[in-house]
Amino acid sequence: MSKPVVATTSLAGCFGCHMSLLDIDEKILDLIELVEFNKSPIDDIKEFTKPCDIGLIEGGVCNSENAHVLKDFRKNCKILVSVGECAIMGGLPALRNGIPVKECIAEAYLGVPSVENNKEGILPNDDELPMITDRVYPCHEVVKIDYYLPGCPPRAELIWEAVAALVTGNEMKLPYEVVKFD
Amino acid sequence: MGKSVKSICEEYNNDATRLMDILLEIQCKNGHIPDEAIEEVAKTLNISKVDVIQTLSFYHFFTRDNIGDYTVYLNNSAVADMMGRADVAEAFEKEAGCKFESLSEDGKIGLYSTSCIGMSDQEPAAIINGKVFTKLDPYKVKDLVLDMKAGKTIDEMVEKYGDGHNASDLVKSMVFNNIRKKGPVLFSDYETGTSLKKVTGMTPDEVVGIVKDSYLRGRGGAGFPVGLKWDFCRRTQSEETYLMCNADEGEPGTFKERVLLTEKPKLVFEGMAVAGYALDAKQGILYLRYEYKYLKNYLESVLNEMREANLLGKNILGKEGFDFDIRIQFGAGAYVCGEETALIESCEGKRGEPRNRPPFPVQKGYMDEPTVVNNVESLCSVVRIIEKGADWFTMMGSRESAGTKLLSISGDCKYQGVYEIEWGMRIRDIIEMVGAEDVKAIQVGGPSGTLISPRDFKRTICFEDLPTGGSMIIIGHNRNLLRDIVLNFTEFFIEESCGSCTVCRANTVILKDKLLKIMSGKAGKEEIDELKNWTKFNKMANRCGLGQTAANPILTSIENFREEYEKHVKMDEDFDTGFDLASAVEESCDYVGRKPNL
Amino acid sequence: MSEKVKFTIDGKECVAERGQNLVDAAADNGVYIPSLCHLRDVIPAGSCRICNIKNAGRIMTACTTPVEQGMEIENDISELNDMRKAIVEMLFVEGNHFCPACEKSGNCELQALAYRFQMMVPRYPYEFPIKTPDTQDSRLWIERNRCIKCKRCIRTIKTEDGKNIFAFQERGHKVEINIDHELAAGLSEEKIQEATDNCPVGSILKKGTGFSQPIGTRRFDKEAIGSDIEKVV
Repeated sequence: MSKPVVATTSLAGCFGCHMSLLDIDEKILDLIELVEFNKSPIDDIKEFTKPCDIGLIEGGVCNSENAHVLKDFRKNCKILVSVGECAIMGGLPALRNGIPVKECIAEAYLGVPSVENNKEGILPNDDELPMITDRVYPCHEVVKIDYYLPGCPPRAELIWEAVAALVTGNEMKLPYEVVKFD
Repeated sequence: MGKSVKSICEEYNNDATRLMDILLEIQCKNGHIPDEAIEEVAKTLNISKVDVIQTLSFYHFFTRDNIGDYTVYLNNSAVADMMGRADVAEAFEKEAGCKFESLSEDGKIGLYSTSCIGMSDQEPAAIINGKVFTKLDPYKVKDLVLDMKAGKTIDEMVEKYGDGHNASDLVKSMVFNNIRKKGPVLFSDYETGTSLKKVTGMTPDEVVGIVKDSYLRGRGGAGFPVGLKWDFCRRTQSEETYLMCNADEGEPGTFKERVLLTEKPKLVFEGMAVAGYALDAKQGILYLRYEYKYLKNYLESVLNEMREANLLGKNILGKEGFDFDIRIQFGAGAYVCGEETALIESCEGKRGEPRNRPPFPVQKGYMDEPTVVNNVESLCSVVRIIEKGADWFTMMGSRESAGTKLLSISGDCKYQGVYEIEWGMRIRDIIEMVGAEDVKAIQVGGPSGTLISPRDFKRTICFEDLPTGGSMIIIGHNRNLLRDIVLNFTEFFIEESCGSCTVCRANTVILKDKLLKIMSGKAGKEEIDELKNWTKFNKMANRCGLGQTAANPILTSIENFREEYEKHVKMDEDFDTGFDLASAVEESCDYVGRKPNL
Repeated sequence: MSEKVKFTIDGKECVAERGQNLVDAAADNGVYIPSLCHLRDVIPAGSCRICNIKNAGRIMTACTTPVEQGMEIENDISELNDMRKAIVEMLFVEGNHFCPACEKSGNCELQALAYRFQMMVPRYPYEFPIKTPDTQDSRLWIERNRCIKCKRCIRTIKTEDGKNIFAFQERGHKVEINIDHELAAGLSEEKIQEATDNCPVGSILKKGTGFSQPIGTRRFDKEAIGSDIEKVV
């Protein structure tokens, strides 16, 4: 019997949630036994090569590329999980929400002291670059999300429990100490 | 500033509970309430500055910034919209040279929106420097702004006066009464003082007994039996008792109390005096909404007239110890102050936040003393009940709703105005009475009431079927229900929430956003039920009637007009949340100078 | 003289002083009625509405309901718990609650209620409103992004002669907390600390003291809010 396939990605996140996933210590060996990874920074597979069972999403949506990747995940994964505060509510990148995106771009490329050489006031506008969204969107405002694992990052035990439960079909245990928002 | 802040405070004995009056005077004299005045008031009344600001910032008509030599408050109720407010607003903006919610560059003209001003039968209407201007159209607006630019006084700008007392020297208003149907209780002939004379020969308990026997229920909307309320109040032992008349009619589409106060003020005041006798109250307060301030001088003169006739004051009509007098307390623009405990808070100079119950006002109300708050129409009815007896009253109306009801009818019909009908009248008959055709829906009881469809036109107006505080808005077949009615009403509740209870404060905004999403065509089918489900917390988890009914426009429209929602939603699109990438990246692409490539 | 009365909560027999508010009376009997704006021995605000219970079938806030003989209260039932969770969720989306970056995280009562009701994500969309913090005071930081309008500060922190330091301004969804800087300058250090401690969220903070407790040792890291009450008796 083939193993369940897992894909992961980090959108507007810091990869901290992925670090937490790796923080399950020796259980990572069990995980490799239990599942097969497809598109993911963990194995560096860039494009989906087959339909997946579970997609783990870190980070919210702050640009067009994030939106495309997220929609791609929705298309290719049976179950999508928002992992961490940024995926769930935008997280720290969403601190810019409420500030007009123009002001954010101006501050980043014209305003801060580190851009003193940008005398011509060039703003990045190459077609290759992702387009910045007006605010950072929680993942479930862009596609339907099936489960949520809060935390910054979610505790390693929580991610392990959740993935194991999804794969085995067992009920998920949520001890009080592991479900935290920080 | 003319009068000093100090002397204004002095006038009210430096009494912090009169903060409303003090702020109103400063606002009126000065056009706004500057920071120096706030400091001065705080110092003089010996309260903290944030206390002054918390009251000031609660009320719509108090402002900390200059709002112009001429300040236009244009009503933004659903009825105003139906009657052409958009064109009027556009004309104001064009002529004055500034947008709404702002001041013209020269500081001369300020344009602002305001919730229903009680003129639904003559919309679009605006209050300009305290004077009401009705039935506006773009041409009239042009003339008005020209007058403002020419520096005319506000009285000079009123060209034609309305009917009845609206034309009297002390009112000089263009408002019309539009009394379409006179009933036996409120509008039949009555000689002032008859009932007051009668009660002086009775004990207070006998008076309460008659009112109880009449089964008169409060006419403000909730329908609590008036006699029972009086009885509860009388059971509270206290030195001092207060009687308040609630004339804060702010329910959009209601204007009947404005008509009663214009044509029957003596009936209102006599009703207060009768209640005062029954409750052994010495002081009555008429809480009058700021929007009706144009009636102030007129009402004051009526009070004086009644004092001179010994119908108010000391030893009324020669009855030893029957002392009762009335003062008028103005609000300053807050619908929630129509809730009796919020009204009491406001009278004490505070934010109009409804109180927790218990204790009830009849136990602990104004100044912590037992207080009865009755509606204008209820008190008018009391006078006639005393005059003609409880049996006469109960002969009229339906099983659980005795007497008559004054309706304010507006919207898509030929004869907008007030109608005194007997409780129990069929909706269908009302439609015929007001000359309406092709009716799509009727909003019964204002935004906090029910939006009914033709399926319900066989139902009747009464507490046991379709209750109403008086507002009925007829909605014609070509109206967009969600945009013109439901959205407008939801925004009304957002604007008027006091902000105390979580659900009223937060959920109304959440509901509105969801409604907008549905209207924009981006929502899925299941989101209609989601929206409906979210409305239930309003009823469950709010302190007062405003919060409890704030979701009614959405709830009752989903119940009775689901198809209006269904035509907007997408039926079968999996995983789509309505996210629109194109609009999300539009601003950043525009700023950096690139074409979006989606 | 106080009079003892008997009443029940979800069938459990309780005894309390007549007239005591239900939240405190329940706590004295080992029953936790979830609440947020309530503080013991302070005049109730009845504004968060989380402590809603059912008394004779009617929903009312426990913090404003005086105990009477023979009351049969329903508290821990799914209808009420879903409503409580919904209110917590409304508070989360109404403000800007970035828990990972908040000094109060771990000690925050709003967050703790979310944990208790196992909120994974609010059912409502985030609003991301624009709020301006007031950092002017030398000792207190007023972070309006996190304020849940519980009025605890308004009710408890006053000058020695009883004047208000805190008050609301505006109304409806624009309501925000306002501080009288002049009067606040006269507050004792203890009062400054009390203002910080009474704030259920990270909206009023004593400056220079953030993040002093390591994760794992904070109030709600290991045990759910209310469990201290439920353990007693």
